[in-house]
Amino acid sequence: MTQVQAGVSQGRRVALTGNEAVALAMKQVEPDVVAAYPITPQTDIVQYFSSFVADGQVRTEFMTVESEHSALSACVGASAAGARCMTATSANGLALMWEVLYIAAGLRLPIVMAVVNRALSGPINIHCDHSDSMGARDSGWIQLYSEDAQEAYDNLLQAVRIAEHPEVLLPVMVCLDGFIISHSLENLEVLPDEQVRAFVGTYRPDVWLLDAARPVTMGPLDLQDFYFEHKRQEAEAMARAVPVIEEVAAEFGRATGRRYGFFEAYRMDDAEVAVLALNSTAGTARYVVDRLRRRGVRAGLLKLRVFRPFPQRALADALEGLAALAVMDRAEGLSTAGGPVFVEVRSALYDRARRPLTMNHIYGLGGRDVGPDQIEKVFDDLLQAVECGEVRRPVSHLGVRE
Amino acid sequence: MATLKELASRPERLTGGHRLCAGCGASIVVRQILAAVDNPMVVGCATGCLEVATTIYPYTAWRTSYIHNAFENVAATISGVEAAYRALKRRGKVTEDFRFVAIGGDGGTYDIGFQALSGTLERGHRLLYLCYDNQAYMNTGIQRSSATPLGAETTTSPVGSVRPGKDRPRKDLTAIVVAHEVPYAAQAAPHRWRDLVGKARKALDTDGPTFLNVLAPCPRGWRFDPSRTIEILTLAVDTCFWPLYEVVDGKWILNYRPKEKLPVAEFLKVQGRFAHLFRADNRPVLEALQAEVDRKWEALLRRAEA
Repeated sequence: MTQVQAGVSQGRRVALTGNEAVALAMKQVEPDVVAAYPITPQTDIVQYFSSFVADGQVRTEFMTVESEHSALSACVGASAAGARCMTATSANGLALMWEVLYIAAGLRLPIVMAVVNRALSGPINIHCDHSDSMGARDSGWIQLYSEDAQEAYDNLLQAVRIAEHPEVLLPVMVCLDGFIISHSLENLEVLPDEQVRAFVGTYRPDVWLLDAARPVTMGPLDLQDFYFEHKRQEAEAMARAVPVIEEVAAEFGRATGRRYGFFEAYRMDDAEVAVLALNSTAGTARYVVDRLRRRGVRAGLLKLRVFRPFPQRALADALEGLAALAVMDRAEGLSTAGGPVFVEVRSALYDRARRPLTMNHIYGLGGRDVGPDQIEKVFDDLLQAVECGEVRRPVSHLGVRE
Repeated sequence: MATLKELASRPERLTGGHRLCAGCGASIVVRQILAAVDNPMVVGCATGCLEVATTIYPYTAWRTSYIHNAFENVAATISGVEAAYRALKRRGKVTEDFRFVAIGGDGGTYDIGFQALSGTLERGHRLLYLCYDNQAYMNTGIQRSSATPLGAETTTSPVGSVRPGKDRPRKDLTAIVVAHEVPYAAQAAPHRWRDLVGKARKALDTDGPTFLNVLAPCPRGWRFDPSRTIEILTLAVDTCFWPLYEVVDGKWILNYRPKEKLPVAEFLKVQGRFAHLFRADNRPVLEALQAEVDRKWEALLRRAEA
């Protein structure tokens, strides 16, 4: 839920599913090339975009490729050729792209991809968790997470600007929860086409394959002499994305009244205990925070929007004053030491003189529903830890049969 | 048709100084194909010998635009470049008349890149896919591929006490490509340069997906002296081990019929990878290979006469 300032945007309110919102954003951006392969629960995006192409509503070259591997491979070719391009996938489709994820980032190609989060096989499952995008966290892609359809729409528009910024030139994933958001109808505010066009502008790469006057070699073999320097440049670009993400969000906020940052701190100013969550669970957690506040519990929520680059310092600033923090991971890292978000958040707090007790709740795998009562149970765990002064179970599975 | 002198005077699009082995067929093939037309080009390479030997950062042997993505996806990558070209041309951002060439070895084409190739052909992109077929995974050190001939020794089809080299015949990839009903597909060999350059020009002038399968001997993997590349190509074609033909809009055309069809042994005996086939106990393998060549040749003649 994003704060809205009345009267700024000339947008209109419509009821759309998350997938429709993503497809609409793609239509309004009207990339030069879209290459995609259908997979549940992303399929609608490909279908809606196909109908835009069939009806002549976009001039995009739409490539109905034979696999996700070829979808991202074609995007690499198209982006290197100087085209603005997009794709979308879920779960096993993202896993099939794996090899090319790193190549897209290493070639510094500003491809934008919607990831409709779904559990990775096996066992095979089609419902939501974050094992797909969390597994891609070290591939060099910027990752934006979206609580609802509005945020998925807004993030997708901002992703284009972030990716193509000359100081960044990295691909961006926009993540939204499969079925929970992708298939649920919500009211959201969408921008007029011309406002989207003005916001995203046009893509003008410095180096591109179709520059007949300046032929270029992309993707050469890069050995001991230079590979390391190039990876460091990639890491530096990821660091430079931090101010760019903030600038783009500020400009988006001025245009629409909807404010975004690396995270949203909800009732955190005087909070004693808090949960940290991504995507749709943040909405449920916010409701629970309000419920607990009415009972006098000093509860808070930190909703992480940007996982890559990871906002280590700002997060520590926001969290160090808590007595206890529960990190919610919708992915089981199988390391036995906690999920991916937990490990990084706890590491962010390590250097602080004052830091909260921390615990990790792994939840919602394979689409297992998580409701307010379960999140209230997480707060119970936090309050109990504060009372005893220690965390008895640092990593636990929430809502699973024992 | 250009003369050899005219071809030699064209600007080099793949310069000397690359790191391919002496006698390697791949660079001979690529230079002939890139000389076929004057249009600006984007070339893509699958991972393989040609890729690693022509672009070690910060150097490049390519004077065209060039991209390497990965091993199995050069067709998809260049199809993306071609889609971008159409989009950008429509928007007036590109005005030149580009051509697109995706290049893979037999590993990147027959095997790991087969799916991306099939998808690209089906989607109908205007590009040339060139396979330089050296009949094994040479870049990783001579492992068998589905293009490796029956009986050939590689490091994963070694000659042992119970196995006489590769136990399966080659996949007929050109025929598989033809089954996609592309407007133009051909087999060629660079010792017959006029044939190869002519086929490259036809392919690059065709508005649709086209395919060239070109035999590219590998002195290391086939085990012959690097000075004998052209001689070995001649034997491959004159034994009908590697027939030269083209399929234009479904019509099969034989481009070369040797005056005297030589026994396949003439091609095999000059290569170390087949040396074991000349032992008495391996005679059945040699005969099976000859029978395979004869069967394919007869089938080709029937198709070309039909």
